[in-house]
This record gives sequence, structure tokens and C-alpha cells, in this order.
Amino acid sequence: MSISITLVAQLIAFVAMIWLVNKYLWAPLSALMEARRKKIADGLSASERGKHELKLAQERSTELLREAKDKANDIIAQANTRSNQILEEARENAKTEAERIVAQANAEIDREVNRAKEELRAQVADVAATGAERILKREVTDKDHESAISDLIARI
Amino acid sequence: MATENTGGSPVEYIQHHLTNLHVGEGFWQLNIDTLVFSVLLGALIVFVAMRIGSRLRAETPNGLQNAAEGVLEFVDEQIRDSFGSKAPKIIAPLALTILLWVWLMNFMDLIPVDLLPAVASGLGIEYLKIVPTTDLNTTLAMALFVFALTIYYSIKVKGLGGYIKMFLFHPFGKFLIPINVVMTAIDELAKPISLALRLFGNMFAGELVFLLIALLTLGASISASLLIWFPLQVVLDMAWIAFHILVITLQAFIFMVLTIVYLGMAHIQDDH
Repeated sequence: MSISITLVAQLIAFVAMIWLVNKYLWAPLSALMEARRKKIADGLSASERGKHELKLAQERSTELLREAKDKANDIIAQANTRSNQILEEARENAKTEAERIVAQANAEIDREVNRAKEELRAQVADVAATGAERILKREVTDKDHESAISDLIARI
Repeated sequence: MATENTGGSPVEYIQHHLTNLHVGEGFWQLNIDTLVFSVLLGALIVFVAMRIGSRLRAETPNGLQNAAEGVLEFVDEQIRDSFGSKAPKIIAPLALTILLWVWLMNFMDLIPVDLLPAVASGLGIEYLKIVPTTDLNTTLAMALFVFALTIYYSIKVKGLGGYIKMFLFHPFGKFLIPINVVMTAIDELAKPISLALRLFGNMFAGELVFLLIALLTLGASISASLLIWFPLQVVLDMAWIAFHILVITLQAFIFMVLTIVYLGMAHIQDDH
């Protein structure tokens, strides 16, 4: 049991073992574990970020929904105003049109009445003249004729 | 118990078991059994490591990889405890090698003391000592390597001047320089020597206790006294194995932790 050349041999073996353990066990495994650690950390931070983004998106969607509702309400109100306006206008137009038509019809009627009167007057004058001729059985002078007709016309 | 390979007195039996298979004499004595078993166990580590490495899964680690990762994390934790996060790259493989290799070499102690020597004697090999860590050469080689690294990192971190200053002014300040030099030198030299001797001593003593237990029925013939000695031997052996499982693990762990601590101390800037 003494210190000998075995020590040198064991020293070499020890250094070789350190090198081999590093090459085949420590280096690949610790690289793998480091990569996994990083991946997990990345995943966790990504999920955290995702949660945050989801929250933002939810807030944004609520906001958008609220805006859309407001807009829709505005549009409905506007449309209502506009439809009332249109109705009012239409009513106004119809009224004017109706009045116009009534006025036109009245004018037409007046005109017809006048024409009928004129016709009647003319016929009455003819009938009266004929009647008078027959009654008198004589040729009335132009002067008499004229006065008789004027007399008749004035009486009608 | 295999006793036919000695057949001699208890002293001869023990001496036989404590002799290495070797070539050469004196300083040139090369302990073949120590070398062969330590290299075989090292090869086992590398083989298992390659097996793990050949099917490394980041997502779904299998059993062996889980175990290796557990050991790795454990070693890494020890290193971070004394270094923080900026340990040199060699520390981790060094510590892992010590833990695994020393533990496996210590584990050879749990193989029945006469089993492999008996097989070897059947093959014509006269001596065989299967526990490499009961050879002082093994433990001292590792301790000296650690010592060399300690000096290297001390000089690298503190500078050569700082390292010399540590010797000159360390325990007692600048008025007791000669005493300081002696004290610090002893302090520094005690590290590798205690590291080597602690492991060697524990394993050697453990081996010796196994040999003593084996002696209980050494060369005994079938007789009434065997009825007492044999059960006693079995009970003692089992008790010592159970205890020794803790010892070999603890010694491997201590060797690793002290290595880390010594190298960590080398990285502390001088506070004087």
C-alpha cells in the first residue's frame, strides 16, 4: 500500500473520465435541460402575453360593440326624423294637389255652366224669335226685331 | 464463504485481501486491478451516458434520462450554492464525474469480499482487490487534480501576487509572516490530503470490517459452533452492508461537495 505509478495512471484516467463525462453526459443533457427551461419560460411568457392580448381584444370588442350600438341608434333616430319629414312633405304635397285639382274642377264647372248658359241663351233667343214670328205672322222690321230681342234677352 | 483461496491464518487472509494485483515494484508498482476496475466502471458510466444521449427527449424524458437529469440538477444545485451562477465550465463535469465514478468505485465494496477474488483465483490470478477507492493512489490522484485546479483558479482569480499575499498575510496579518506562510501552507496542503485520506480511510475501513466479518467462519468446519457463528455473520454482514450503502454514498457526496467548496474558495477575492 504505497504511492506509486498507479497514481499517475489514475490521474490520467480521472482526467479522461472528466472529459468523457462532459462530452457524453453533461454537455448534451445540460444543453437539453437549458433548452427546455428556456422553452418553458418562453411558453409561459407567451401565454401571459396571450392572456393580455385577449383582455385587450375583449375590451376593444366591447368598445366596438358599444360604438356600433350608438351608431345604429343614431341612424334609427335619423331615419325616423327623415321619414316623418317625408310623410309631412307628402301630406303637404297631397293637400296642395288636392286643392289644385278641386280648384281646377271648380273652374271647369264654372266654365261649363257659363257655356251652357250662353248656349241656352242663344237657343232661347232663337226659340223666342221663331215663336214671336209665328205669333205675329208678319215680318218684323229690323228695328222691331232688335228691340224685341233685346227686350227678351233682358228678361231672361 | 470462500476460504479455499487462502486457507491460512486470519492475518494471512487479510493481508492477501489487501494486496493489489500488480506489476513492478516500489514506485513503479502498477496496480492492475485498481486500474482495470476503475476504467471498467468509468466505461460503464460512459456507456450509460451514451445510451441516454442516443435517445434524448426534451418533451418526454424516459426513466434513465429522468434519473440522469435528477443527478445533474442535484450537482448543479450544489455548484450554484457555492459559486452563484458564474462557475467555470469544468466544475460541473468534474463534480458529476466525482459523484458518479467515486460512488460506483465505492459500490464495489458491497460485492461480497471473497466473490471476485475467488473467481479470479479460479482463473489463476493470485491477488485481486476490487475496490479502486481502497487504493490510496486512486483517491490521491483525484485529490491532487482538484488541488491543481484549486491553485490554478486561485492564481487566475487573485493573480500570482494575490496568491502569494494569501500565504504571507493570511491568518495573522503582516507582523507574523513566517508563521503565516507555514500556517497557510499547512492549510492548503491539508485540503488534498484530507480529501484523499477521508475517502481512502472510509473505504479501507469498510473493506476491513467486511473482511473481519468474513473471518468469523473462516476455515470453520461443520460443527455445533457454526450454528452460532454463521447466523451471527449473516446478520452482521447485512447490517454492515445497510450501513455501508449510506457510507459509500455519503463519501462520494462529500468528495464532490468538498471539491466544489475548495474550488469555490479559490474563486473568492482576497479580503485582506
